[in-house]
Amino acid sequence: MAGRIPRVPVREQDPQIRARNFKEVCLGYTDEEAMLEARRCLNCKRPACMTACPVSVKIPFFIQAVAKGDFADAARIISIDSSLPAICGRVCPQECQCEGSCVMGVKGEPVAIGKLERFVADWSRENNVAFNATAPSNGKRVAVIGSGPSGLACASDLAKMGYDVTIFEALHKAGGVLTYGIPEFRLPKDTVVAAEIESVKRLGVKIETNVVVGRTLTIDDMFDREGFHAVFVGSGAGLPKFMDIPGENLNGVVSANEFLTRNNLMKAYKEGARTPIYVGNKVCVVGGGNVAMDAARTALRLGAQVTVVYRRTEKELPARAEEVHHAKEEGIEFMMLTNPVEIVGDEKGWVTALKCEKMELGEPDASGRRSPVAVADSHFNVEADVVIMALGTSPNPLIAQTTPGLERSRKGGLVATEEGATTREGVFAGGDAVTGAATVILAMGAGRKAAAAIDEYLKNKK
Amino acid sequence: MYRIVRKEVLSPVITLMEVEAPRLARAAQPGQFLIVRADEEGERIPLTICDYNREKGTVTIVTQAIGASSKEICALQEGECFTDVVGPLGQPSEFVNLPDEELRKMSFVFIAGGLGTAPVYPQAKYFHEKGAKVDVILGAKSADLVILEKEMEAVCDNLYICTDDGSKGFKGLVTAKLEELMAQGKGYTQAVAIGPMIMMKFVTLTAGKFNLPLVVSLNTLMVDGTGMCGACRVTVGGKVRFACVEGPEFNAYEVDFDEAMRRQAMYRGKEMEEDHKCKIGRGR
Repeated sequence: MAGRIPRVPVREQDPQIRARNFKEVCLGYTDEEAMLEARRCLNCKRPACMTACPVSVKIPFFIQAVAKGDFADAARIISIDSSLPAICGRVCPQECQCEGSCVMGVKGEPVAIGKLERFVADWSRENNVAFNATAPSNGKRVAVIGSGPSGLACASDLAKMGYDVTIFEALHKAGGVLTYGIPEFRLPKDTVVAAEIESVKRLGVKIETNVVVGRTLTIDDMFDREGFHAVFVGSGAGLPKFMDIPGENLNGVVSANEFLTRNNLMKAYKEGARTPIYVGNKVCVVGGGNVAMDAARTALRLGAQVTVVYRRTEKELPARAEEVHHAKEEGIEFMMLTNPVEIVGDEKGWVTALKCEKMELGEPDASGRRSPVAVADSHFNVEADVVIMALGTSPNPLIAQTTPGLERSRKGGLVATEEGATTREGVFAGGDAVTGAATVILAMGAGRKAAAAIDEYLKNKK
Repeated sequence: MYRIVRKEVLSPVITLMEVEAPRLARAAQPGQFLIVRADEEGERIPLTICDYNREKGTVTIVTQAIGASSKEICALQEGECFTDVVGPLGQPSEFVNLPDEELRKMSFVFIAGGLGTAPVYPQAKYFHEKGAKVDVILGAKSADLVILEKEMEAVCDNLYICTDDGSKGFKGLVTAKLEELMAQGKGYTQAVAIGPMIMMKFVTLTAGKFNLPLVVSLNTLMVDGTGMCGACRVTVGGKVRFACVEGPEFNAYEVDFDEAMRRQAMYRGKEMEEDHKCKIGRGR
């Protein structure tokens, strides 16, 4: 029976209209749509979707509850494993995790697990259904560095176990990449991000903003002065990469981090916000990940004509399929197999063009992706007055540099075990700070594992 | 909260504020800076740390009302609070790592331009207290823009004030004064210049004539101030560096000042628009 129902499409803002506003693209399922979509789940005995989920949400169980119309129970089931479902339902790469493993996807379309998770999370928020059960306080204090996905996940698990948790955030607002990086039209800040952070606070977690660990406080201070018994480092991968090509310091060249931070954290798109943003008329975004899509679609909404330049083909684009699809619908142009070699400027030092070369795909590299090779004598200019570099980020070295005994790997991430233990006793780490830039859900998974490891460590410590 | 415990108007456009920020005050070192936001809509504005009092848990900042955001900061009153104050940011002056006996052998000349007097103060004070020789050349457009004169006098051996119009002290630029002092054979071992980018550029040219080692503190554009955005990119020694985490102080002879000045002006046209206008859908 389930097989006969086609995947229920989710309502979205019209591409022409949404290209001019910052409201959320996806409008989500209604109760009826969600129940209908939930009925497509085969409730497999050995659910591959659950195995593929980095935080092991009990997917078929919550979907069965949705199918019955018991949305509160669905929310309860999700809350056991995920503290940020409204966020994961929106930004997880479902096509290579839960939905990518769904049996329904073998012959047709997988169950819309992400959209159902989002539906349940939104429903529970709108209906004030919360699950705040925490164990009695055990008197142990844990400091969490960074209020992004890994820090929030780690903090909420520890709070549920009875720990006294304080999150230290370097910026003036909590949320990490959820706040400064991912734009409003993909992840609404007030209704979704702030609400999920509030729900973490309801567990008793304290959040202190404006604390740059390594500067305002060191990890040694946390143990010696501030009385913490363990520390989790979830400081993310904040340092933007550049290409190291001529012209990169011209006016008009910005990192995607800068562009998105000005827009999302500092609200430059809003009337009344003081922080300026320079958008120009023709924007080139270099890169093919989610951040590149976010920057491109933000520039579009601010009024520019936008081209994404990527050195491989569409098949290799690391962005979520949905983001690429949305970007195209909205009118973003894609130039594939194109590699910038220089940024050209005018006599006043402002960008005028991106000089590129054509690429072709060669042999697969270590990551299994075919590496692009330059085509001889294929240079050409793409007109641009703003160039946004979205080439990825690497971990900030500040904490490692200011913490004796905390080792970094050659790639810059903190050295940590699978469970999150670092080379310094009592200090755990997870998320992008360890792996380098990855996804929200992997960071959450790492935060949860570290929470379990911290619990184990503090229980056994005399 | 970050309460303003003392406000002092130093000149019609320059305001000094002592602000409660205990953790920051405990960690601050000469050469570092901080970031403030006046209110919820405010920009993140980097300011140099003019002084810190670890016992009281306060830091002192000096702001010149130029743009919309700095005017907002200056308009805050004693007893009111900043929405955000974060720091200390950046690297401390490299000389704080020197052992005291090394410092005692040093003869510093600080060249402070305008508001740059504020960040020079904690450095002059620190090195003076450690027993180094400290001279300060303090430049301003006119007498009413000379700030922290008394404070500075107390923490240096010689204070030379220069004004463009001659309304106070030496009439002329700080570079002329520096040239004069060098010609007198002052025998400085280290110069530190902090002020407008253009002043630092010309101090670099002057100091170069005497092979005088020189450090400058770059007041670049910044958003987060923690290395996340790269707005503060400067070319130093042919390499791209982030002033917020690797600076703000660099070897003056390696800095590409022309590029730094150009980059500093990137949003200037925008700031001149009277109000920030919504740009959504522009050009469609």
